[in-house]
Amino acid sequence: MERLLRNRWALVLALALVLAALPLVFPSNYYFRVAALVNIFALAAIGLNLLMGYAGQVSLGHAGFMGIGAYAVAIGASRFGLNGAVAMLAGAAIAGLLAFLVGRPILRLKGHYLAVATLGLGLLISMALTNEAGWTGGPDGMAVPRLELFGTRLRGPDTWYMITAGALVLGVILALNLIESPTGRAMRAIHDSEIAARVVGVDVAAYKLKIFVISAVYASIAGSLMAFLNGHITPDGTAGFLRSVELVTMVVLGGLGSVLGAIVGAAMLVILPQALTIFHEYEHLLLGLIIMASMILLPRGVIPSLLARLRGGGA
Amino acid sequence: MPELLQFAFSGLTVGAVYALVALGFTLIYNASDVVNFAQGEFVMLGGMITVFLHLAGLPIPVAAFAAIVITVLVGLALYAFAIDLARGSGAVQIIIITIGASIFLRGVAQVIFDKRFHALPAWFGSDPIRIGGAAILPQSLVVLAGAALIVALIFLIIDRTILGRAILATATNRLAARLVGIPVRRIVALSFALSAAIGAVAGLLVTPITLTSYDVGTLMALKGFAAAMLGGMGSAPGAIVGGVLLGLAESFGAGLISSKYKDAIAFLIILFTLFVRPQGLFGKKSTERV
Repeated sequence: MERLLRNRWALVLALALVLAALPLVFPSNYYFRVAALVNIFALAAIGLNLLMGYAGQVSLGHAGFMGIGAYAVAIGASRFGLNGAVAMLAGAAIAGLLAFLVGRPILRLKGHYLAVATLGLGLLISMALTNEAGWTGGPDGMAVPRLELFGTRLRGPDTWYMITAGALVLGVILALNLIESPTGRAMRAIHDSEIAARVVGVDVAAYKLKIFVISAVYASIAGSLMAFLNGHITPDGTAGFLRSVELVTMVVLGGLGSVLGAIVGAAMLVILPQALTIFHEYEHLLLGLIIMASMILLPRGVIPSLLARLRGGGA
Repeated sequence: MPELLQFAFSGLTVGAVYALVALGFTLIYNASDVVNFAQGEFVMLGGMITVFLHLAGLPIPVAAFAAIVITVLVGLALYAFAIDLARGSGAVQIIIITIGASIFLRGVAQVIFDKRFHALPAWFGSDPIRIGGAAILPQSLVVLAGAALIVALIFLIIDRTILGRAILATATNRLAARLVGIPVRRIVALSFALSAAIGAVAGLLVTPITLTSYDVGTLMALKGFAAAMLGGMGSAPGAIVGGVLLGLAESFGAGLISSKYKDAIAFLIILFTLFVRPQGLFGKKSTERV
């Protein structure tokens, strides 16, 4: 089992099989929708996990990049008449460019200073989305035109489930390849000890920046997909501080440095609140409890705890 | 000119509140390395509990005192039932726990109280005092005086009492503090209680001016955290200077540049400050040891 979890192609294959099999047991469109949301957040969480779990840099503003991706497809399609897919790529390019420009000074900061800087970056993006109502529709948000590919309009949660599942598998493959590449080894070295990494000749600043840009692109693509799925976006729903917190919690809850963990964390944090919507009034109360309890009970995350248990024979 | 004076007054008033929140952050951080994002909820609780106990018929001073006591109990509960249980977890995990706690407290407030805005009557009426063409609310002076008093009190406690020495020792080196017989966990619990009290007082002082509702805590925590980082994490004078600077930046930014972007201006200033001084204004430059 453990070797299976460690073999990247086995992981990809298992994930693809599960994603392909799930529609067989989904009783209604609602399930497709929730599962598509899981895929989307898993994608963003995988990107953030590269930054947090491998390069060891926290970001409390990552939802800002999701917001860029979401508004890129909404504005690109409605104001510039771009095809949705083109707008999505443009959004990813913008998010990546922004990350590239602000990354160098921000990533010089450490620990809590880095946390406040990324938090500020996320807030700035969500404030811009809220205040530039002429472009974005303000706090109430805006509608997202349907994506049209090869003459067919893509709508319906089942269609978007398939697309997001494909995007997730692709995201996993890219992330796993990155981790196994020289870049991945350099990232892990930075995580363990920045100074030691620098001493053996790792260009720490350049690698951190590279990962920051990659994780921003992941978040942006996820944001675009979410916009297409929901058909309507708001600044708070895509780029808000709470979203950033959710992303960070997904990564830590699933397990820092585990691609599978990011998917598990995303699934837990998307599905649990859905199950709790019946306690409508107590939603925040319960969400807060879930977040606290999961960090207290599983500080190392689901997947690493599970692996440790397998290795230790249940100890 | 009168406008500038006006911006300065309102900036100082808001800044005093940020300074108190940042001071609460710093107290807890120094004692335990915990960044407490639930700090803003203490401010919310201070205001909201006072409002609702007053509505229930208690006179305001009694309601205010009860609000402080209840908020302190919440602070202690946060330490005992969340932070203490997660001892030994990483910094990110602890941050997530305190953010979870803040979402939880907001959820509780939403259920127990309501989702509307509430005000308290100003202590000395609301006829503005005119100074140099600017109008200043008497309550602003109350906020400033209250904040100054609290800051003075905290510094007195830390400088002049054996308790303060124990807090300082814990902040400097926890292991060494434990070795010389300081009950470190009790000191950390005390820092949560003190922070909660400071937050609650800030909340009930400022509620007559800014109103309060169940969700005022989030932005307050972010601003307080930002102010503490601006000053330099772990520095009490830094927290106060950072808070006041942040308040002034917001007020002048809103008045002179754009009121829509006042929060953005504040964060831009913080980002640029950190780019120039990555350790904050008063922070010590640290070298990582291998």
